Formats: sequence, C-alpha cells, structure tokens
Amino acid sequence: MKKPIGISGLILDEPLLFERSVPGRRGCDLPPLDVAKANLPAKLVRDDIEGFPELSEVDVVRHFTRLSTWNYGVDSGFYPLGSCTMKYNPKVNEMVARLPGFAGAHPHLPEHLAQGTLSLMVHLQTALAEISGFHAVTLQPAAGAHGELTGMLIIRAALEARGASRHKVLIPDTAHGTNPATAALCGYEVVPVASDGILTAAAVARVMDDDVAALMVTNPNTLGLFETEIKEICDVVHQRGGLVYCDGANLNALLGIARPGDMGIDVMHFNLHKTFSTPHGGGGPGSGPVGVTQDLAPFLPGPVPAKNGKKYYLDDNRPQSIGRVLAFYGNFGIMVRAWAYIRTLGAAGLRRASEMAVLNANYIRARLEPSFHLPHKTRSLHEVVFSDRDLGGGCHTLDLAKRLIDYGYHPPTIYFPLVVKGAIMIEPTETESKESLDEFCEAMLAIAREAKENPENLLKAPTRTKVGRLDEAAAARRPCLKWGEEEP
Amino acid sequence: MRYIPHTEAEVNRMLAAIGVESVTDLFGTVPATVRLKRPLNLPEPLSEAELVREFRRLAANDATASSHLAFLGGGAYDHFIPAAVDHLISRSEFYTAYTPYQPEISQGTLQAVFEFQTLICQLTGMDQANASMYDGASACAEAVLMAVRSKKRRKVLLSAALHPAYRETVATYCRYLDLDLVTLPWSNDGATDPAALEKMMDDQTAGVVVGYPNFFGVIEDLADLARPVHRHRGLLIAAVQEPIALGLLRPPGELGADIVVGEGQSFGIPLSFGGPYLGFFAARREAIRSMPGRLVGESVDRDGRRGFVLTLATREQHIRREKATSNICSNQALCALVATVYLSLLGRQGLREVAEQNLAKAAYAHRSIKAIEGFSIPFKGPVFNEFVVEAESGAEGVLTDLEQAGILGGIPLGRFYPNIPEMRGRFLVCVTEQHSKKEIDALTAALAGGGA
Repeated sequence: MKKPIGISGLILDEPLLFERSVPGRRGCDLPPLDVAKANLPAKLVRDDIEGFPELSEVDVVRHFTRLSTWNYGVDSGFYPLGSCTMKYNPKVNEMVARLPGFAGAHPHLPEHLAQGTLSLMVHLQTALAEISGFHAVTLQPAAGAHGELTGMLIIRAALEARGASRHKVLIPDTAHGTNPATAALCGYEVVPVASDGILTAAAVARVMDDDVAALMVTNPNTLGLFETEIKEICDVVHQRGGLVYCDGANLNALLGIARPGDMGIDVMHFNLHKTFSTPHGGGGPGSGPVGVTQDLAPFLPGPVPAKNGKKYYLDDNRPQSIGRVLAFYGNFGIMVRAWAYIRTLGAAGLRRASEMAVLNANYIRARLEPSFHLPHKTRSLHEVVFSDRDLGGGCHTLDLAKRLIDYGYHPPTIYFPLVVKGAIMIEPTETESKESLDEFCEAMLAIAREAKENPENLLKAPTRTKVGRLDEAAAARRPCLKWGEEEP
Repeated sequence: MRYIPHTEAEVNRMLAAIGVESVTDLFGTVPATVRLKRPLNLPEPLSEAELVREFRRLAANDATASSHLAFLGGGAYDHFIPAAVDHLISRSEFYTAYTPYQPEISQGTLQAVFEFQTLICQLTGMDQANASMYDGASACAEAVLMAVRSKKRRKVLLSAALHPAYRETVATYCRYLDLDLVTLPWSNDGATDPAALEKMMDDQTAGVVVGYPNFFGVIEDLADLARPVHRHRGLLIAAVQEPIALGLLRPPGELGADIVVGEGQSFGIPLSFGGPYLGFFAARREAIRSMPGRLVGESVDRDGRRGFVLTLATREQHIRREKATSNICSNQALCALVATVYLSLLGRQGLREVAEQNLAKAAYAHRSIKAIEGFSIPFKGPVFNEFVVEAESGAEGVLTDLEQAGILGGIPLGRFYPNIPEMRGRFLVCVTEQHSKKEIDALTAALAGGGA
C-alpha cells in the first residue's frame, strides 16, 4: 500500500488557560467610560473572580491555535463517523452566515426590519417541506434530539386533541438512544421492537395496540438499510390510531430519491448539520427542523415565520401549538448555511449527493467485505455496518478504531447500533473521492492483517497522538470536571 | 458540483467493483411505491458568485447597527466582539470536528470544554458545569426537570419576572410530565415578590425559578428568596439571561442558588436573529450524577500524561436510553468555545470593566429618561443594563416614532403580558458598553422631542 497519511509530527504542548495566567495581564481594551461611573449597593457586588484568566491577546491566540492542532476535523481528513454524515462544510456558507444583516440581526427586531432573515426562514421551510414530502416545517429545534422532543410533543398533543390518551411508544432495537430518551421525556413508556435488521409490518402488528401513541423509526435505519416495509408499517400503526415518527438522521441517503412524507410518516426531524452540510462544531450547534403532515401543522411550536402577500412575519396566533422549545426562533446562523447549501446544489445536486453517498458506502463495503464480517447482507444505502467477529489476535473494535487513528483517520462510529456486537459503522458521505476511500480501505485491510500478525500494534494504539488511550474508568470514578479540583 | 469529486470514469470503476450496472441499481431496496417520480421542485442551483450576491441582497433587508441605533436586549445583547474570537473559532480543526468521542484526536475540543466548565463555575460560584445546552430557555427547562427528578416533587414555582420565553419553554418541556407549574408574582420593585414566595412555597415544591437579572433587568435578592425555598428543602434555580452581569454581581452560588442556568450569548456570540446561542448549566457537587448533558473530565493516559475525556456518560441517552437524565446529544460546543475565547481575552479585569460600563451607561440612560416629562420608571429595584420605561402615551406609539428617527428604542412589553393592562405603556430599554454617551443622548432627545 501507499505510505499511510498518518506520520509523526511535532506536537506543541499547552497548559490550561488558568495555568498560563499572569496577574495584571490583559487581552482586551475598552473605550474610556464617557458617563459617570455607577455603583451598586455593596451587598450586590462580587469580589474579584479568583483564578479567572489574565492573558494577553497573543497568549490567547497561541493557546487556542495549539489546542486546535490536537483535533481532527473533516478538513483534516476522512471522518467516516456513521450516523453523523461528516460531509464537507462549504466555506462560502461560513462567509454568508457572517454577513452583517444576518449575524447582526437582533431577534427582537420589528418584523418589517427583519424581512431578510424571515424570508430566508420561509424559503428554507418550503424547501425542506418539498425535500421531505411534508406539509409544514418548524425550524425552531436546535439539534436532532431537540427535534425529536418537538416532534413527539406534537404527536402527543395531536392525539390528545383527538381525545386519545395513549401511553406507549414502539422503538425498534436499531434506534438511536435519543429516541427512547425523548419518548420518556414526553411521558411515554418505551416498548422495544425486535427487528433482525429490517423491521417488518408483522412485527409491528404484534405489539401495536390501542395504547400505542407512536412508532419511532429511522429510515434508512442505523444499519444503513432501507426499511422496505415502511408503507405497510405506517398502515398498521395508522389503522390502530397511532402515528409514525421518523428520525431523519439518515436522510442523506434519500434526497430526491424518496420522501418520508410520501411513505406514510407523520413527523420527521432533519439534521441540518448532517444532511445539509452545516459544520458539526465539535458537538453543535446543529439544527433540527421538524416536518409534519397537514393534520399536525397546527401543533408546531410558535412563532412560525410565514408570508402574507409580500410581507414576512412571525405567526404566533396558534392556539393548538405545543409552545416554544427555545427562547427565539432556532439556530438561525445554521439555517443560513443550510439554505446556502440547498441553493448551491439545487434539485439535481442534492440527488447526486445522495447517489454518490450511497455509491461510496457500497464501494467501501465491496472492498472490505472479504476481510470483515458483515452481519447484514441486504444492499446498503449511505452507510455500512461491519463487526469485529473476524478480527482475531484478541483485538476488538475499539483497538481497530484506535489503530485507524495512527493511520491518519477518524474512526467510524463504534459499538453502535447495539444490535451488532462490536459494530463498526462506516458512513463515508458523498464528498470523499475514490482515492480517499481506497486509502482508507487499504488502511483497514492493513490493520486486519496486523490484528492477526502483530496484534500489539492495535492493542497499544494510538501511539502518534498527543495522548494515548485515557483512563475513562478513573475519570468517571472520581470526576474532576474543572481546574483547581484535586487531581483524580 | 464542486463538493462532489466523482468523475464519471471513477463512478464506473466503483460500480464495477460493487458489481452493479448503474447507480440506480444501488437503490433497489427502495420500493417503487415510495420513490419520487419527478425531480424535486427547488430553485435552480447557483454558482458561488451568484450565491454571494443573492445572500447579500437578502441580508440587506435587515436592520443592522449601521442602519439603526438599537437599544434592544430582552435576552439577546449587543456587546463588542474582539476580532480574535471569530478568527480562532474559524480554525476548522475546531468547527469541522464532531463530538469528541475519540479523545486521542479531540484533545483540543475537550480541553476547551474543560476550560469552559471551569469558567462557568467561576462566574456562577457553583461546583460543576456541563459542556453546554441549546440556549438559556432550554437550559432553564432542563433545570426544572432536574429539580423535579432529584426532589421527587411535582410542583415548581416560576417567577413572573423570569424571561417570558423561558417560562414558555419550561411549560413546553413539562407539558406531559404531570407537573404543577405555578407563577410567582412580582412586587412593585420589579423583583419576585418575597411575601408571595413565603406563602406559596411548601413541601411539595421541587424548585423555584427566578431570573438574575430578571426580564426587567432587575437584580433579584437571591439570598432573601433562598431562605423560604431551603426551609422547605426545595431548590433555588437562578436563570441568568445577561451573563455579563456575573462580572460584577455576586455569583448566585454564593447567594444560595442550587442550580444556575443561563444564556451565554453575550460572551462573544453574534445576535444572529436568536441563534445559535449558548445555554449553560451549573450545579452543586452532590447533584453531579443527575445533571443533564455532556461533561468533560480530567484523566491520564498509560504514560501518566494529562488528558481530557467525556465522562459520566452513564447519565446520557446513548447509554441509559429511556432512563437518561436528558435526551440531549449535540449541544452548542462551538458556541461554548466562542465564550471560552471571549472570556480568556476579557479576563479578570476586562470582564469587570465591561460589566461596570454596562451598569454605568444604563444608569446614565435611566437617569436621563426618568427626567423626561411623560416618562417614568415604574420599577424601583436595582438594575444592571436594562430597565423598564413607562410612557404615558403608550409604548408602541413612542417606539414607532423613535423608529422614524432611526432609533429602535426598546422592546414593547404589552405583547408579553396581554392580561396586564399597565404593561401596554411599558417598554424595555437595554444599554451596553457599545453605546456612547452621544447615542444615549440621541435616544433621550428623541424621547423628549416626542420622537421627532
């Protein structure tokens, strides 16, 4: 194989901000105060903040620049973290989100002075509705799990408006952990449904009864497989008076191919930070809009950006709304980036993105299937899940993942979905070229050989990073969550 | 398509390796009955140059600092952002990474979050802070859920002077949890009424939520409110909508707050029409295992080198599923980084000075407006950087007149309190370090001149 891209380099160390602090140093200045100084009653005023940083601007810039070099991002290299859709984050989107009219818009601006932001939101709502086949979309939820909460509250509100009091939610065993956590937050009892990879209408029918409020599905599911019986499943749930929620985390497989709204699904959240290329930010901010059918539209959280003639406004006259889920209207800065992405790709580009995402996943599958155990043989869509069954040498998924780091890659998602023992969940996305996939596959195959011939290389990996494997058990046993605490 | 690298030759080689004829064959598992039989109806694609032009045109339809002189606060604040902030958070090793699941190649994010948690503890006077929540309102809702969880009680008191959107968000989160949310009135100083709290607090109440400063800019007497709450073994939750105040005000942790949540937008995050912002969440040490959200902790590797990891994950949804302390997964990590960079630059002296300037400028505006005929200050409580003004002629008309003069004079309060007639005459004015004396004088002159 070619030389791996992971080679040694100089790593600069950097202490904590607080350890760098020098009394009297400062990193900002202010205009002179041009009014009289004011004083509060002494009992309201704090003492100096002990231990607060005192740094120059240069100190701060070096500090965070060095920290950044210990990270691995999509711009560093291939990041096949399954279920997270780590596609390239276009730079022009960063630029347009920073335009003063967007970045400087105060959320309490009178509507007629916020026509640019409101119109962008209405356009994005309309586009997401078209892409997903839903009647209406709210942009308010700040992330996928927040969208799930919003969607499940809408379901509960709609059922109660029909006079139906139901207590259970069905969740297949392949689901993201956020699904059951969300159902619980809406006051529901979770009923797991075994799926064996693909959920069948018969399996749903067996557990579906008049006390079930909803089924939460993910399509394609977390094994990267299309739920082929989705329409029949929705029929089963609807016939017994329930509703179907779809976790839209994997929408990147379906743009322009098929629409969840056309499958019988009632509610779905989008992840703009997955499907629509907005940056993951090291763990957010994301954006988790929710699409719903016409029947459920009255229950969307308010206010909803809307258009009346030529004027855009915030519609807050929504008596059946579940209420707000955030102080304002959602992560607007993320919406700007997503709208820029949709405007750049257009209909054909979005479809092409899904096609190439699916092509990439299947190409990796074809190259690795001879050497790695593939538990589910059905045609993959945007991601593929292997297991560590055949790894050998006493090595497990975690060791493979850590060794991939030494080769210069971000590891795939590991040990998820839970239905696959030692899962290795690879989602390449469409923005990776054939040669980056080939290099990654070469690395995977080389590691598979190492596992058999020289397992130590996996077990002691990673060796080229700033730190080696960290003691997570100790960190949890005696948590040290801030500077100045006793050492763990 | 410049983001998709595949040439047709490559596509063909890949299809051959997979063993299928065409890309369409890859979608064979999608039943014909659910396939979309037409192209999506979306606007035509734009080149990069066209896109920039189009977005500039859209953005030009919004009021900005160059078109209007604004005195808007109410949970989102215009503070100066040093240039280094955006420069540093634009390092794509930060913003194109995801949740630090692999700590060996995420030490940058992890150390920054650890620093963020420390800064939030220092500011709030609390023991432990998490890695961030979506915003102040959702953090407030999570605090209520945590109080209910840890106290196993079903009643929660919310101050009427808490930000209205925070109260609404709490109500949404609690809709189906069979809780009793009760509103605590404010007294004539604009602060939560301590006498009402004495009466309403009981042994069934899990927690009491107040703003600090509250929605009217008034600095609540937390120590006074804490007494009845603690006598009944409930939790006092302080929600900070303007965290610059923490540079000057006594930290809630010193005054008896048990959970401190808030909105971190003021720490270097652009207004951006309401988001992305930054929820923060801090609590007492003993509550750590019932906290929502991600936590970063210190550890060591095999060679004894210090490093940071996500920790106490057994509270979280991906492990505990329906028994998790919250369903939160992605939070606002990059916004937490913004706040960390901002606070590092401001530092011990700078943060205090910014807070003092906010206080001084708001006090100057407060004095000036109070002296204008036809205007009064209805609440007497001490304020930080915003305050309520009452206009004899009604708030909406005054604000419309000011707008003719290019001034956005504040937020009309009537719409937040439709059932309280006197609020129709009132508006909320916010003054920060960004306003010069001259600009404040322009506001008062316009008010005195009837807006002309």
